[in-house]
Amino acid sequence: MTGATPASSTSPSRWVTAVIGRVDHLTPRVVGVVLHAPLPPHAAGQHVDVRLTAPDGYQAQRSYSIASAPGADGLELAIERLDAGEVSSFFADVARPGDTVEIRGPIGGHFVWRDEDGGPLLLVAGGSGVAPLMAMLRHRRARARGLPALLLYSARTWDELIFRDELLAMQADDAGFTFVAAITREPPRRAGDFGQRLDAELVRRALARWGHAPRHAYACGSNAFVEAMTAALVDEGVPPRAIRAERFGGAS
Amino acid sequence: MTTRGFTGRRPGADAARRLPPGQYQTADFPVLSMGPTPRVDLASWSFALRDGPCELARWTWAEFEALPRTRWRGDIHCVTKWSKFDTEWDGVMFDDLLTAAGVAAPSPFLLARSYDDYDTNVPVADLVGGRAMIATRFAGAPLPAEHGGPARLLVPHLYFWKSAKWVKSLQFTARDEAGFWELRGYHMYGDPWREQRYTDDP
Repeated sequence: MTGATPASSTSPSRWVTAVIGRVDHLTPRVVGVVLHAPLPPHAAGQHVDVRLTAPDGYQAQRSYSIASAPGADGLELAIERLDAGEVSSFFADVARPGDTVEIRGPIGGHFVWRDEDGGPLLLVAGGSGVAPLMAMLRHRRARARGLPALLLYSARTWDELIFRDELLAMQADDAGFTFVAAITREPPRRAGDFGQRLDAELVRRALARWGHAPRHAYACGSNAFVEAMTAALVDEGVPPRAIRAERFGGAS
Repeated sequence: MTTRGFTGRRPGADAARRLPPGQYQTADFPVLSMGPTPRVDLASWSFALRDGPCELARWTWAEFEALPRTRWRGDIHCVTKWSKFDTEWDGVMFDDLLTAAGVAAPSPFLLARSYDDYDTNVPVADLVGGRAMIATRFAGAPLPAEHGGPARLLVPHLYFWKSAKWVKSLQFTARDEAGFWELRGYHMYGDPWREQRYTDDP
């Protein structure tokens, strides 16, 4: 890879036991699960693998992005309940504080942002794809407050914006941070939000209003969403090598 | 360690036999890429075999399309845990590329290099003997860009990050050199049946 320095060359941990500290219903379809486990420190954007074991030994593994900031007390995962999702339905319906699961990590050395990477920082989220971007925003708030950052965040309804109140509070006390919501099934609630799907035209308008040229761009969401958003960013002149993508696809 | 209250949803007997450890079956075709899908124009596309910096052979799209073609049907496994069964690919086998170039593999390792500057290492032994191809069609149709079109490496017996999308060259290397994900915590070889996901996995 020409010129790129890996953000992490270390292997994730072996499987370790994680204790569930909290289970919060963040939106109608998403639970926030805080895990306590002896993992190496993570960087914002990384994920963990989670493994569940049934009484007969049957196991299921899934990967979930970490939404908590590096150094936070516990690893927060934002898990979207999927139809017939054997792992997501466990976390949504069964898991409670004190339960244990197995995890390994942190994993991923590319979709990562550290405060020394600087900005301006452009984050584009679709649905639960906001999770790793939330880790970046929380890291930025702790270590790089004031750094120009724009979050474009698409969800079906105002109440399905995960971490919405925290994002609103973050924007209220940091002039460097701009939060633009795109709500696809309701009218927009705030001036500057959009009441339709994010598309190339809305990306263009949001970037023009923001007035910064992103040095780093991160897009996370469903494959179709990330495909459309990264293409729109390239069309807007963001260098492809400045754009990092994480796609959720097909998992249940 | 049993997880309280977890029962799971078991695959059927056929799927259970075909799923490597830690994988689940999906009917979708998810996408894992590090960045934007590169825009590769067929008029300027070419594919090369290289020995270090030296070019051994190069084909334009029309030349590549005239090479002998083979169909492969089978299961693929992504390190992000999904497996997809009975996928069907058409392309040019690695063996046929060597024959067309009139060369023998000059070293036991190579890096597959892509138009988006992605690269990944694969031992030559895993490419010869009908085990790998440069695929240009999926399910009977031209390979869509988001799945690596115009052409991608297909090494289906390894985790799918080894099957480099948007491939532009195969470069033989004297040593086994780590590629993009191998430098970022992923395994140098990546056998799904041995669950070689990350660097230190056995």
